[in-house]
Amino acid sequence: MTSALPALPAGSAHATRTLMFWCPDWPITAALREHALPAETPLALVDRGEVFACSPAARQDGVKRGLRIREAQARSTNLVPLPYDPSLDERTFEPVTTAVEAIMPGVQVVRPGLCAIRAKGPSRYYGSESEAARVVFRTLAAMGLTDVRIGIADGPFAAEQAAKATDQLDDDVEQLVVIPAGRSAWFLGSYPLEILEQPKLTVLLKRLGIRSLGDFAALRASDVRNRFGIEGALAHRQASGLDHRSVVARTPPPHLDTVADFEPPLARIDQLAFAFRSRAGEFVDTLREAGLVCTALHVSLHTESGEASERRWQHPRWFDADDVVDRVRWQLQGTNASDHGLTSGITRVQVIPEIVENLSDHADGLWGTGPDEGIHHGLARVQSMLGHGAVLTAIVAGGRLLADRRVFVPWGDAPAGQQQAAAVPLKDRNQPWPGRLPGPAPATVYAQPVPAVVVDSRGNPVDVDARGLLSADPAFFSTGPDGRRHAVHSWAGPWPINERWWDRKGRVLDRFQLVDQSGSAWLLLLEDHAWWVEAGYD
Amino acid sequence: MQAVTLDSRRLPTVPALARILPGGGLQSGGSYAVRNSTSLAMALLAGPSATGAWCSVIGLPDFSVEAAQGFGINLERLILVPDPGSQWLTVTAALVDVVSIVLTRAPEHLAPTEWARLKARLRQRGAALITLGSWKQSDSTLGVAESAWEGLGSGTGHLRSRRMKITATQPSGRLRHAYVGLADLQGTPTGGSAPSATYTPGAPGAPGAQGAQGAQDSGTHTLFEPQLVRSS
Repeated sequence: MTSALPALPAGSAHATRTLMFWCPDWPITAALREHALPAETPLALVDRGEVFACSPAARQDGVKRGLRIREAQARSTNLVPLPYDPSLDERTFEPVTTAVEAIMPGVQVVRPGLCAIRAKGPSRYYGSESEAARVVFRTLAAMGLTDVRIGIADGPFAAEQAAKATDQLDDDVEQLVVIPAGRSAWFLGSYPLEILEQPKLTVLLKRLGIRSLGDFAALRASDVRNRFGIEGALAHRQASGLDHRSVVARTPPPHLDTVADFEPPLARIDQLAFAFRSRAGEFVDTLREAGLVCTALHVSLHTESGEASERRWQHPRWFDADDVVDRVRWQLQGTNASDHGLTSGITRVQVIPEIVENLSDHADGLWGTGPDEGIHHGLARVQSMLGHGAVLTAIVAGGRLLADRRVFVPWGDAPAGQQQAAAVPLKDRNQPWPGRLPGPAPATVYAQPVPAVVVDSRGNPVDVDARGLLSADPAFFSTGPDGRRHAVHSWAGPWPINERWWDRKGRVLDRFQLVDQSGSAWLLLLEDHAWWVEAGYD
Repeated sequence: MQAVTLDSRRLPTVPALARILPGGGLQSGGSYAVRNSTSLAMALLAGPSATGAWCSVIGLPDFSVEAAQGFGINLERLILVPDPGSQWLTVTAALVDVVSIVLTRAPEHLAPTEWARLKARLRQRGAALITLGSWKQSDSTLGVAESAWEGLGSGTGHLRSRRMKITATQPSGRLRHAYVGLADLQGTPTGGSAPSATYTPGAPGAPGAQGAQGAQDSGTHTLFEPQLVRSS
């Protein structure tokens, strides 16, 4: 088939000689490095309930991409599932790109784990193409990346396929495939059409009896152009080893993050805040010089004993230097010591801007930006007094118990941002929630349920048996610490709530509404023979 | 340019309460105490909140945001500081600077000089302060004197509507009162309790009882019209 290939103009001027290096399973490598897991961990990255990527150990157990998480756990019992975070891939790949840029400029990151470099310059500098590839191998091995594949061919498409073709090589040789100039069409000839990633075109070509790229390339370019339009023509050029794409080198981004190392380690928060203040000022100034403001940042704190505390912080407007120092302080303070779990002095503080926006989008108007600006300043002041979690906004979520139905969000955090959605999924209040409370909502919902006592007319405690039947009609009840007895005027219940019976944390409750003689109404819960006041209609 | 008149310094108020409040509504710079009802305090917040004002609730961890939403308070513009700790005055003063209306638990002790300063700040910023619990220093004290619930029998039904006698006392001792239903305070007559029609509590005999109450309920709305304001 390949012998029937018509002679192409060798070394066509259109295709850019490209060196493509590929780190397979980069999301897995990134997650293993981020969470400091051993390489043989059976790890799966989960995206929307399905396996997105898995480590070689998990793959041996039969886990593969697209599997539901339950199924994957059934196949590999020791599987460690982690949520897939695309930004982590990019963040961890950045040092790799920077290291390669130091030895050969003009790197294009196709996606994290896959990079294209124009081969012409490096091959002349290092003597040959394979020598340039070896330099890349050595550089990446120095960073601890041993599984790197390199393909060199005409054009990024062919080079990517060459890098992937290294699978067929023996394990002990370098994972390098070099396709000599002008031979890319021959190399691609035996590949199936699917690698073009154009499903409609593939189906059509197969119906025409064309099954490989070689067959497709054998068609006349003008015929393909006439029949399949511009997309077909471009695919035909790819198949013929004349990639229309070129390597577009990235401009290395300015260095925006900031790191402060402390020697000796700092044990007190106020010391740290003071020591970091100037660095925070430089951080904000650097951003401003680049014409940017930071609206979300990532703070990581490292201690002497090797612990780390990582957190993403958002800002309702944008961070200035004091805000950055506040976030570092809050991350250390938390609400209690278990929040950050750090036991020794801080040696290193790193602040990485996660979302930067154009300064001009956030510039103050000539007459200010309206009343909301004042709100942010005022609330930021209260937050710096009481802590990040003390100033809240609220959302009404779904749930049966009233305390579940309110969700507090610290001021400045996204209400249902991706970060929080992964940790605590927000329940939808529009779902039916059978067993939720009918009628007007009570105005007071106790954050901590208040114990209560309910008795019948003879003074015996009222209870509900296993069949949901009431022992006697409630006649008197007392609530709270004062313990004053109120006579029941009218009542309703028991309304059973049986939440998550399959879960140990699930609850079985009965709910009652009571109105006393003075006309105030209460919502009581009976759980495990004990009465609690859930809410008051005051 | 037109001078600022007394009238323009009034915050929007729910009509049912505007009648009994001195000056015909919440005054900016004023302070109000609500004796025994969180619902009443929510109704006071609802007026300004519905027109886009920012509200703040300080030191009330048991404040129900769902009920607040039922009263028409915009949750996106509601700031909660459930636990100001020992810094109540600082936090309240800081929030008075930026929001239009502050609801807070009455402080146990506040020196007259501190209160005077807070009061001056309230006037300067045009905000209103509502305290839950009786507090002598406030301009006006509101409270629920009588309350009756409809919809609950002995073992049947569920709470549907409430009728209240609301009193407003001025420092001069002048007392005004009005009879209102919960729906009048919520602004929308039937908005809050719409889903109740689809709900069947697990109580025996509920469907029949509910049907009877439904009929009763439709009749009560005419009964619960706010009556004439009486002054004594």
